[in-house]
Amino acid sequence: MARLNVNPTRMELKKLTARLNTAVRGHKLLKDKSDEMVRRFTEIVREDKRLRDAVEAELSNTLKQFSVARSVTPAYSAEAAFSMPSVAIEAECGIDNVMGVEVPKVEMSARRAEGLPYAYAEITSEADYSVDMVTALLPQMILLAVTEKKMRMLADEIERNKRRVNALEYVMIPQLEETIKYIKDKLSENERAAVVRLMKVKSKA
Amino acid sequence: MIGKIAIVGDGDSVMVFQAAGVAAFPAEDEKKAREIVRKIAKEYKIIFLTEELARPLKDFLKRFDEEPYPIVLSVPSKNGSAGYGEEILKNAMERALGVDILFHGD
Repeated sequence: MARLNVNPTRMELKKLTARLNTAVRGHKLLKDKSDEMVRRFTEIVREDKRLRDAVEAELSNTLKQFSVARSVTPAYSAEAAFSMPSVAIEAECGIDNVMGVEVPKVEMSARRAEGLPYAYAEITSEADYSVDMVTALLPQMILLAVTEKKMRMLADEIERNKRRVNALEYVMIPQLEETIKYIKDKLSENERAAVVRLMKVKSKA
Repeated sequence: MIGKIAIVGDGDSVMVFQAAGVAAFPAEDEKKAREIVRKIAKEYKIIFLTEELARPLKDFLKRFDEEPYPIVLSVPSKNGSAGYGEEILKNAMERALGVDILFHGD
């Protein structure tokens, strides 16, 4: 391991010892942070998997049903019927904090009008069901979106944190330790040299 | 902060969402989808994207992972799920933990 390029003086020694202390403390903190993030991450991953399975199954079904409904309706009337929504789905978006990572936090606030956005006579009843199902599914989809985003952001952060921990553990700390050892060696060497010199001077006198 | 919700996908899949109150943007191919997503990313907080379009745009969508919003989520289209969601999950898991804790290599 390469040692740092510094002068072997007491000043430097003091500075480096302080740096080493900080590095060791930082390393411990980051490692703890990493452990906790991994724990949270596993929770989020499980949750995400559960939600995704549920949403995918539901949604595939709904969309399949909807395509059937569409295929029995003339294209122009379907177009006209579905392009005027009766609800405006909006979500209250905030910021949540998971282990220092800013993640989204969403609350649903659907302003729902009664009934469907088209006359029953226009469209087959399968379409009504699928619109209903989608409306019912939306909160879950949004929850999934938030969970997945959280998971991805946390995964990124864990990766970054791991890199920091490794840099401290395998580069910074060994480097500092080696440099400190070098300076100590050099200093005691100087001291011995001084003692020997004094003895020589004294013996000649 | 009130956020709007949008969906980008092929015509049939998004139409039903429009009826449910989600802004729908039909896109036939990934090029179109990329343009649309770029345009609406500022305005909409949550963007659903069908799997067929999300998969080829993987690298493009990565940039949205840096900030909390917008949230881009891939959803299955009317052709059913092709496992892209699981792929994302697996990928994140392997990056963060180094091991697969859910699927156990199946």
